[in-house]
Amino acid sequence: MAVPSPPFSLSKHSLSNPPSFLASNPSLDPSKAPVLRPRNAFGSEANLGGVEQTRLRLWNNLKTNSDLRLQASRELPGLTKELKSDKSERMERIEHGTDLFDEMKQRFLSFKKHKYMQNLELYEKLAKDQAPKFMVIACADSRVCPSSILGFQPGEAFVVRNVANMVPPYENGPSETNAGLEFAVNSLKVENILVIGHSRCGGIHALMSMHDDVETSLIGSWVSVGMNARVRTKAATKLLNFDQQCQHCEKESVNCSLVNLLTYPWVEEKVRNGELAIHGGYYDFVDCAFEKWTLDYKESNPIDKSGKVAVKDRAFWF
Amino acid sequence: MSSSSRHAGMGNLSLEGAIEGLKKLLIPNDKDEQLNKELETKIEKLISELLGTTPHDCHPVRRILGGFQSFKTTKFEMYPELFSELKEYQTPKFLVFACSDSRVSPSNILDFQPGEAFMFRNIANLVPPFNQLRYSGVGAAIEYAVVHLNVENILVIGHSRCGGIDRLMELPEDGSTANDFIDNWVQIGLPAKAKVKAEFGHLPPDEQKRECEKEVVNLSLTNLQTYPYVRERMARKALALRGGYYDFVEGCFKVWEVKTFITTPIHS
Repeated sequence: MAVPSPPFSLSKHSLSNPPSFLASNPSLDPSKAPVLRPRNAFGSEANLGGVEQTRLRLWNNLKTNSDLRLQASRELPGLTKELKSDKSERMERIEHGTDLFDEMKQRFLSFKKHKYMQNLELYEKLAKDQAPKFMVIACADSRVCPSSILGFQPGEAFVVRNVANMVPPYENGPSETNAGLEFAVNSLKVENILVIGHSRCGGIHALMSMHDDVETSLIGSWVSVGMNARVRTKAATKLLNFDQQCQHCEKESVNCSLVNLLTYPWVEEKVRNGELAIHGGYYDFVDCAFEKWTLDYKESNPIDKSGKVAVKDRAFWF
Repeated sequence: MSSSSRHAGMGNLSLEGAIEGLKKLLIPNDKDEQLNKELETKIEKLISELLGTTPHDCHPVRRILGGFQSFKTTKFEMYPELFSELKEYQTPKFLVFACSDSRVSPSNILDFQPGEAFMFRNIANLVPPFNQLRYSGVGAAIEYAVVHLNVENILVIGHSRCGGIDRLMELPEDGSTANDFIDNWVQIGLPAKAKVKAEFGHLPPDEQKRECEKEVVNLSLTNLQTYPYVRERMARKALALRGGYYDFVEGCFKVWEVKTFITTPIHS
């Protein structure tokens, strides 16, 4: 099965158009028909030019002589232009919103041609059933998709994404996160749960910035799940600046979630029997590093005397 | 020459020879696009095997380590300017709701790149109606994406063979539940189920489920409009809502838009 495809290139057809996924189409024309109408997303073939990118990657992986190593000299597709654009360009793109979905169509067709059709046997098997080994709980942040950063392919990971990758404890009652947890553990019978935190998390920032009075926003209500992490962080990091405290809290919150996982009886039972392993992870996109650790389950208490979560198999990849 | 060093010499020659042979292949063929695409796919598979990231090769830790290494070398280090910007802020154009199903990651099927889509994934891609006392998880995501990140598009993607929809359609009529949390969550979709039963009750159960998978997307799109900040931005055309449906049995993807209007008064 292929590793994640190289970043897309603009198709020849769209080179003169604004970069993809950078415009929107909020047009709501009162004179047109109401409500919802389906529209097929098929069309012409994509020309992604991804072959050049792939050759570059293979070069890197073979570790050839430096004089043979190629530089990526192609202009970076679209995204950086967007990030530097000014408001007038944005407005123009909003008016050309359909380009955005044309690009999406090309991407799907490319996926179909180069992944789906090339692995028909796998996709036929997946169509019948899924048997992922992982459940991943990650933040909804656009920069931290587990399929991108850890290369999960279709069928590998059941993924729940919410603000600040939080797992509320059992006693908080039903939520979308523990519905996913119940399905993954009891129906899919995943063998690993991985909770991934990340740097510069807006949700954790909100948690650390909350005032002590009653929180009225939905963000505040949700991130309050991580209050224990905030309390421990504030206690342990008095001498650090706010950003450093937030980074500490990002990891502390992962541990808080790992402990909360064990409040679910059917999770704890499987961990105790060795059928399920619980891992924490932290993706630092400032330095591009990934830290990973595994909960060291102890029957008596997963938290040791100093209040820290007992972990093992800590690894740091950079 | 000792046998071991002779053996080592022969081993080295064959590896170098193999690399030389491969290099000769890696010359773009301007005339044959099809050949280029096939070559690209084969190279992808080779890299995957070299890094030990094929799905069946699966010590779980090695799997994610390999995936991360691949991401770092093929994306992060290849586009330093982009990732340098992303360190400071994200400006996604999309808020995406998708199912947690392992087969339907929008990053795989729609190739979303880092920074493009703020993505909320839950069972059956459900969006409950606005409620300040419940479902704060979903509400927090909508609030953050719409108010703080100013996304311009919301896309709700349903899919085929959805286990959450299966459960919704099989929920007992008497309201009893068999599990702690799943039933409580999927019952958000009951209005969609009612509509499907009314319109397609004559169809076999499997086909009713397929209809419900699409109807639930429409329900989520309707529920999204109960969030005040969503409504406000739609009114000033700063936000567009769309639904999508990924059918991995047939290998197709549909997308549709939300358009609403109020007629002029019918009676004066």
